[in-house]
Amino acid sequence: MGEAIVITSGKGGVGKTTTSANIGTALALMEKKVCLIDTDIGLRNLDVIMGLENRIIYDIVDVIEGRCKLKQALIKDKRFDYLSLLPAAQTSDKSAVTQEGMKKIIAELKQEYDYIIIDCPAGIEQGFQNAIAGADRAIVVTTPEKSSVRDADRIIGLLEKEEMEESPRLIINRIRNHMVKSGDMIDIDDIVQLLSIDLIGIVVDDEEVIKASNRGEPVALTPNTKASIAYRNIARRILGETVPLQPLENEKGMFQKMKKFFGIRA
Amino acid sequence: MQDKKQLITIKGTREGLTLFIDESCSFSEAIKELHEKITKNKPKKEDPIVSVKIKLGNRYLQGDQDRQLNEIINEANGFQIDSIESEVIRKEDALKWKDDSKIKVINRIVRSGQELEVKGDLLLIGDVNPGGKVISTGNIYIMGNLFGIAHAGVEGDRNSCIVASYMKPTQLRIADYISRAPDYESEGVYMECGLVDREQNKIIIDRLQILLHKSKELSRFERRVQNG
Repeated sequence: MGEAIVITSGKGGVGKTTTSANIGTALALMEKKVCLIDTDIGLRNLDVIMGLENRIIYDIVDVIEGRCKLKQALIKDKRFDYLSLLPAAQTSDKSAVTQEGMKKIIAELKQEYDYIIIDCPAGIEQGFQNAIAGADRAIVVTTPEKSSVRDADRIIGLLEKEEMEESPRLIINRIRNHMVKSGDMIDIDDIVQLLSIDLIGIVVDDEEVIKASNRGEPVALTPNTKASIAYRNIARRILGETVPLQPLENEKGMFQKMKKFFGIRA
Repeated sequence: MQDKKQLITIKGTREGLTLFIDESCSFSEAIKELHEKITKNKPKKEDPIVSVKIKLGNRYLQGDQDRQLNEIINEANGFQIDSIESEVIRKEDALKWKDDSKIKVINRIVRSGQELEVKGDLLLIGDVNPGGKVISTGNIYIMGNLFGIAHAGVEGDRNSCIVASYMKPTQLRIADYISRAPDYESEGVYMECGLVDREQNKIIIDRLQILLHKSKELSRFERRVQNG
């Protein structure tokens, strides 16, 4: 019996889809059977980031409205067999998906897959309600910005009203170490204290993530970038391992390159 | 002839008259006798207005019975009802009164977009995050961080106060007063309270010690804590 995890944030553009793609990929790398579900109807992205856009024939709305079987709509990943994607519809609108429909699909997927990762749309309306409907757990993504932390707080409040197995967990995405150091970015400890939920991982702002997304290959597949290690660590924590947080301070290398990229003196 | 018991006893005090109405007779009998007594002892026009206190003992007035009493007393000009006192109140009223004067202890985080509203005083064990709001008809005590909005004395009690372990609120509201955080970035304060300052006619934030001078609230708080 599998486990459904919804990746949500409230605010748009904080990296829900990237996080979903990478956690899914990292779990699949550890030989878990994973199914990614894109619930952002009308604005689907997950297939693009996974590089599977050209393989879409049926989508989630086709499944719910009975135009195809669930198995027909699932896309096998081109890199490994452990990973599948259920894409969102691009033409329908959000009302085409119902909470009952989602629950049914997830219940069916749980029979076959170890983990079902649900990519939630931004906002707190029906799309959000649909995405969390069948989830057992939730991961909230935020960036160290006031507006994004505020929205995360709102989302956590809404998630706590749902009957989930455990309280949501937190990923802080796009951390820029030099800005945290200079006090221009909110401190990680302050965010965790304010939101008072468990931190499951931090991901530094890494240009490799953008490069990888544009290539259609999740960054978790690259062996040695900071972000890919962070995502793989998050996957290990989801599996129940105890993995210490990576230190933000990087000796040399990756981070130095980043500083150069942002034009900051070392 | 049967010896009739007095249903209404009238006592004169320096403040005026006190009417004791027998608690075991029927209300209509009492009203009848009261009517007779009042018309018999009608004050003269030139007498000053006498205030009347009515003591009902263990009688409970229902429906429009208090209106009937009022009518009879006020019919004879020269009398004015000061108060009607009864030893008993309805269970419903009693429960509401108890509810309104109790401290509500709540253990949770009030997150962005959430509102927590209570009757009486609020003791919140947890934070009020930015965008969150706590409202009470009495005082608000927060054992945690206050980042959002707190509104004490929402039904108009200007004596209410807001206390927090750490205070950096977006807004403080007490009864009909509102104060907001300054526009410049500022640090919060630890263990302080917000209350209405009569002289400045606005909400001020000060050390907890100044609550000692407002002994009323604090003793009220202590009493309630002792009562559980």
